[in-house]
Amino acid sequence: MIELNAEAIYRDFAARVIDLVGRRDVRLVGIHTGGVWLAERLRAALKIEHPVGVLDVSFYRDDFAQGGLAPDVRPSRIPFEVAGRDLLLIDDVLYTGRTTRAAMNELFDYGRPARIDLAVLIDRGGRELPIAAQVVGRTIELPPDVGVALTRDDDLGFHLTLEQSQNDD
Amino acid sequence: MTVKAFGRNPQLNRNGELHHLLSVEGLPKAILERILATADSFINIAEREVKSVPLLRGTAVFNLFFENSTRTRTTFEIAARRLSADVFNLDITRSSTAKGESLLDTINNLTAMQADMFVVRHAASGAPYLIAQHVAPHIHVVNAGDGRHAHPTQGLLDMYTIRHYKRDFSNLTVAIVGDILHSRVARSDIHALTTLGVPEVRAVGPLTLLPAGLEQMGVRVCTRLDEGIRDADVIIMLRLQNERMRGALLPSAEEYFHNYGLTQDKLRLAKPDAIVMHPGPMNRGVEIDSPVADGRQSVILPQVTFGIAVRMAVMAICASSKSMH
Repeated sequence: MIELNAEAIYRDFAARVIDLVGRRDVRLVGIHTGGVWLAERLRAALKIEHPVGVLDVSFYRDDFAQGGLAPDVRPSRIPFEVAGRDLLLIDDVLYTGRTTRAAMNELFDYGRPARIDLAVLIDRGGRELPIAAQVVGRTIELPPDVGVALTRDDDLGFHLTLEQSQNDD
Repeated sequence: MTVKAFGRNPQLNRNGELHHLLSVEGLPKAILERILATADSFINIAEREVKSVPLLRGTAVFNLFFENSTRTRTTFEIAARRLSADVFNLDITRSSTAKGESLLDTINNLTAMQADMFVVRHAASGAPYLIAQHVAPHIHVVNAGDGRHAHPTQGLLDMYTIRHYKRDFSNLTVAIVGDILHSRVARSDIHALTTLGVPEVRAVGPLTLLPAGLEQMGVRVCTRLDEGIRDADVIIMLRLQNERMRGALLPSAEEYFHNYGLTQDKLRLAKPDAIVMHPGPMNRGVEIDSPVADGRQSVILPQVTFGIAVRMAVMAICASSKSMH
């Protein structure tokens, strides 16, 4: 297990987000769970008054036929009008791109946004769909058997760990 | 050919996942809790521009209502459509059943039309079990009410309603009032309440309408309304069916109302923040007085909204299980 310097990566990430947003009036939408933690911190950094939107994309995933419903589905909540809005979609790790595809489909069921930008803390390569992030904290190419996860400790500090998965075959 | 697995709950697949919903009885608490938690995610959908999610796109849901019920059938249809499923309503009166086709032949024919899920309401207790035993392993059966036996989705939506207003099941007093003997809703409610750990469940009604065996289920029996609803947190009123009065189980609607009807006055015996529930349709002036039905403690209309979300959760979770084997 290797630990990255999550707080340092976050500082670069936040600076790039601030650049991207500029003076625009954006709404933040975080993808459960890591994306929501990032969105909450960014909201303070960008001094945005409006609450953060929360997406749980379980009902929009493309793998229901294979794996069924996740055991811990949580409600999505978008506490603002999506139609005509500039949105910043935030996630912790960008990998195949399928979660982003699901998140966009879910957002479009709330209304037609004016614009969606994607900001991710880690881009680990391995894309299976034509999806790209406008802001990336750090790009780290990882093999399929290595997982990366964002965690948050009790005083809200971020941690990023790389872990080799055990082979059960 | 189907292989019976003795000892395993016929609703659960080999991994203990819910594949059919036939009855609340015998389901582990964790499964009930998962259904309620999943329903939370479906409640908000009604407030969006697009009131559906693509989860069951491509799934064919057949509503087989052998017993008439526009209201229950409609809520199942709404639930299935909000999951983007393809819904087909079998009109039994016009169908082959009227021409004498057997239940299993009907099921076999529908399976041949690529049905994935059957929502079944039948006057015979056990009909959904028979169907579940005979369908191919990937097909799901949801019981929308069988005879006097069970109405599990109503029981679950009643639990969802209680959880919404009261949060914690572990310190509640719940009174179920009315014709418990003939009520599949009451049976499902009682199983759900005891599984979820409600410490005090009371069955309230005239002796002629109370079944035997309630005490063994952990239920307190009360033949007086005032005793039954005193300090209750939740009161579930059941519909009194007209047939009971004609069948000499009761003197008259007026006498029933006098002794067991829920009026504002009687409601004061319960806790001040007690909620009043009813599965519908109501007989105003028989089991419930209009000022109570329309009053601030009544949650009868929210029950309907919750019913859609709970049925969506049931269908989504059942469809998650790919096979019984």
